Amino acid sequence: MKGKSLVSISDFSKDEIMEIVRLAGDFEANPGQPLLNGKVVASLFFEPSTRTRLSFETAINRLAGSVVGFTDSSSSSTTKGESLKDTIKMVSNYADLIVMRHPLEGSARYASEVSDVPVINAGDGANQHPTQTLLDLYSIYKTQGTLENLNIFLVGDLKYGRTVHSLLMAMSLFNPIFNFISPEELKMPEEYKMFLDSKGIRYFEHSEFTDIISEADILYMTRVQRERFSDPIEYEKVKNVYVLRNSMLDNTKDNLRILHPLPRVNEIHTDVDENPKAYYFEQAENGVYTRMAIMAAILGLK
Amino acid sequence: MSHKKLKVSAIKNGTVIDHIPANHLFKVISILGLDKISNQITFGTNLESHKLNHKAIIKVTDKYFEDNEINKIALIAPTAKLNIIKDYEVIEKKVVDIPDEVVGIVKCFNPKCITNKEDITTRFSVVSKEELALKCHYCEKITSEEHLTII
Ligand SMILES: [Zn+2]
Repeated sequence: MKGKSLVSISDFSKDEIMEIVRLAGDFEANPGQPLLNGKVVASLFFEPSTRTRLSFETAINRLAGSVVGFTDSSSSSTTKGESLKDTIKMVSNYADLIVMRHPLEGSARYASEVSDVPVINAGDGANQHPTQTLLDLYSIYKTQGTLENLNIFLVGDLKYGRTVHSLLMAMSLFNPIFNFISPEELKMPEEYKMFLDSKGIRYFEHSEFTDIISEADILYMTRVQRERFSDPIEYEKVKNVYVLRNSMLDNTKDNLRILHPLPRVNEIHTDVDENPKAYYFEQAENGVYTRMAIMAAILGLK
Repeated sequence: MSHKKLKVSAIKNGTVIDHIPANHLFKVISILGLDKISNQITFGTNLESHKLNHKAIIKVTDKYFEDNEINKIALIAPTAKLNIIKDYEVIEKKVVDIPDEVVGIVKCFNPKCITNKEDITTRFSVVSKEELALKCHYCEKITSEEHLTII
């Protein structure tokens, strides 16, 4: 992985994913490893994302590295009309590694091609957010003891949610069964179902959020957003259908864990928070260890 | 001279592009930049064809096309065939194949793609040749035939 950019989850092989998962566990057990001492990481947020930025910057600080950069494009030279190429060329002269968030899709792939140092994609529009996927995988591994042969339920917006698409692609390396629960308007796109068919991976689609979740090992919840619906009446009809309540967890498996990329709106009722199967806050914390692992691996320090 | 040959006269040296779908003739002319060169060009359209309902044909004197130019035609006229003419004889026939990769020809359909905002050579992998589908190397979105715009 040394010197390699991470733009899309498919840039990493199954072995490389497992190596990141293993390293993340190592950093969680021993967080104080000053491996980035003397290294400079550029954190370029062309659009604000406080959650992702803080996770990365915490990871960099835990590794004793230095951070330079900006937190939104209004404080960067792009407001003066500088091209992305010129910004990346300039920054790659200063930094050992670039972490980039950008509203345009494909920007991270392009940056990785013009940069002299590796680029980690911290989200490029609606396209990819691979460090989220790797932290999801680490969370699944940590709670299940394996990534193999799991029954994964994806709930909510399966049409536009990039996190569920990347998770689906990555988990497909580990012989899963998928269950998709979504309103008709937000079903899993055909291209992903064709991909699963081509791999011989079983999946089931449901429009109702019922006791079928008793089979689940992982329940991955997502937001159903109002702006995804052309007809506001349709949104009103479904917005309370895909809400997880504590009472629904009575007959679920002991090893079930509930994941959510956060922030949530109302799709997980707060009465679930105290249930030991709720894992979304720990999941966010896992992001720091996973990002430490990714940066250390890409810089060849581990 | 046979009746057939009267339709579009023969050339001494150059390229004949045959079996162009008639409805795409003017697009082929524009993609190949034939409206901007000074070579002698004749074309015929709405000709009867066994393979196509109506075909068009273009004859360009003293012009031989590079492969990447031919690839550009393949995207809108996959049935087109090239005859390379030297001294009134066909010395080579070429079919136009849709390439596996399309570089610098097509505009990405996704308005939020970086290639539509910065000066970047577009790159697509061809994921389907039957119902043409191009996957953008950058934003990973699919541009299909109905949304195809040639740069
Ligand atoms: Zn694109």
